[in-house]
Amino acid sequence: MATLTVNGKQHNIDAAPSTPLLYVLRNDLKLNGAKYGCGLGQCGSCTVLVDKEPVYACVTPISVLEGRTITTLEGLGTPENPGPVQRAFIAEQAAQCGYCIPGMIVRTQALIEHKPKATEQEIRDYMAPNLCRCGTQVRILRAIRRALKETRTAEVVR
Amino acid sequence: MRRFLLGLITFGVIGFAAFFVWAWHSEIAPVRAADSTTYDPAVVAKGAALASVGDCVTCHTQPGGKPFAGGYPVSTPFGTIYGSNITPDQDTGIGNWSQAAFRRAMHQGVTRKGEHLYPAFPYDHFTLANDGDIDAIYSFLMTRDPVQQANKAPDIPFPLNIRLAAAGWKLLFLRQGQLVPDPQQSAEWNRGAYLAEALGHCGACHSPRNFLGAEKKGEAYNGGVSDDWHAPALNEKSTAAAPWTVEAVYKYLHNGFDQYHGHPSGPMQAVAENLAKVPEADVRAIAVYIASLSGTDDAAKQQRADAALMTARAKTPTVESLAATTGSATTGATDGATIFAGACANCHRSGGQSPRARPVDLSLSNSVNAPDPGNLLHIVLSGIHPQSRERGFIMPGFATTLTDEQIVALAAYVRSNFSDKPQWTGIDTRLTQARKHSGP
Repeated sequence: MATLTVNGKQHNIDAAPSTPLLYVLRNDLKLNGAKYGCGLGQCGSCTVLVDKEPVYACVTPISVLEGRTITTLEGLGTPENPGPVQRAFIAEQAAQCGYCIPGMIVRTQALIEHKPKATEQEIRDYMAPNLCRCGTQVRILRAIRRALKETRTAEVVR
Repeated sequence: MRRFLLGLITFGVIGFAAFFVWAWHSEIAPVRAADSTTYDPAVVAKGAALASVGDCVTCHTQPGGKPFAGGYPVSTPFGTIYGSNITPDQDTGIGNWSQAAFRRAMHQGVTRKGEHLYPAFPYDHFTLANDGDIDAIYSFLMTRDPVQQANKAPDIPFPLNIRLAAAGWKLLFLRQGQLVPDPQQSAEWNRGAYLAEALGHCGACHSPRNFLGAEKKGEAYNGGVSDDWHAPALNEKSTAAAPWTVEAVYKYLHNGFDQYHGHPSGPMQAVAENLAKVPEADVRAIAVYIASLSGTDDAAKQQRADAALMTARAKTPTVESLAATTGSATTGATDGATIFAGACANCHRSGGQSPRARPVDLSLSNSVNAPDPGNLLHIVLSGIHPQSRERGFIMPGFATTLTDEQIVALAAYVRSNFSDKPQWTGIDTRLTQARKHSGP
């Protein structure tokens, strides 16, 4: 039995300790935001945050997550009340098929926390691990720039 | 007694004077760079291949920077030295260097103005290169795009920051002259020896260095250090599970993958990426020479390699074996076998998939069999990535996924499970060093 803290809630998980986090999120906790893409840590569609760092949930065994904080797409907002990054992706209509978008949003959240003033090159370098095969990178980049700008402005207002 | 002292002082003064005269190099007059169209394209192409053998672009390009414009930090035990701008820019590059000035730099480690260069620029190897090859590299460099980018001063403490210190180093360790061909060996072996020793400067990383930073000549290819990575021994001291045959070295260097050893990582990755651009005959010649360092390339060596491959395949885990080792639901957060099963085995198992090719069987990996865990730790932390916008092998890094305790446990598990060599000691301190080196 492992205890995982996901989006602020504790869950007791009955699964083998080597089970990848992604399977537990999707199958046990019904948190289907993170997607199964390659299963090899190469495409980024399963990206979640562990202690505010982006990690590939498909190659992260639950055994290493005891006592650490996991944030998934669902932790960043709800359909009724989307978070700032989700709002930016909606505003820019960044999704084509949408499969990579949860990972993109989660990694953008990490970018905002680590590099709120990221330059264009820094944005591209930081987002490079996450792939989109529809070709909507231009819109995704617009959404990321918007999210960075709006969070910066919000901080000034606050 | 007084006479003796006087004699000693006189001797010393004369000695110093002689050293200064010896160390003094005059400026070679600046020239106006010739129009790049005046260079013979065939010579430029030859120079391009030779510059790839020398891996020049790596140390003369800063991360994300323009090729050959300098700025790459070379860390040495004496401080950090930055690769210089060798584009044909008139002000900040070598645009005003004559061919004679370039030859002198390669052979003697002296700038056009006559300043001594530090031996991080491996002129102790380049001095063996013949003039025709140096001139071809000159033609290649002079036909690159000039980039205006000032050189960074070396970050070296007193008294080594005095350039004359490099002259003293040369007096002790720089031996000019040509490589004498070995008549006992084939023409191909001699070609390979020339390319590896002169331009390839393989020994700069793969040989240990003394306390003054010079390669220990008696211990050539016993293994060394490069940029916090272990550069494995290439001679009979090699810890590779499978011996290095000519074919294996050739595939490793030219294709960037060999099933008996995996693929180059760390500083070696760029070396192989550059050798992919070199004519196959030259890479094969280098392979003939390098393989000869660890014994004759005969049927017995190939048999040993095949036996190692079979043993390694048998040790590669399967879905069933993984389920058996990690079936318990009570294993802790620092159980190496569990971490391996959940984080690594998706690719590193029998029947595992990978977009381009199956990864090496870990029992064959040089990093797993190395005397020092550093290379494995670097790979676990940062993964393996092709150069920007290039295709190649990918492994994700786990620097943020796994804690230090978990990485140490994983490395110890991988070592004990996949290598016959004794367990590493001090994995934790080595990890701290590797983390510091690879940055946050």
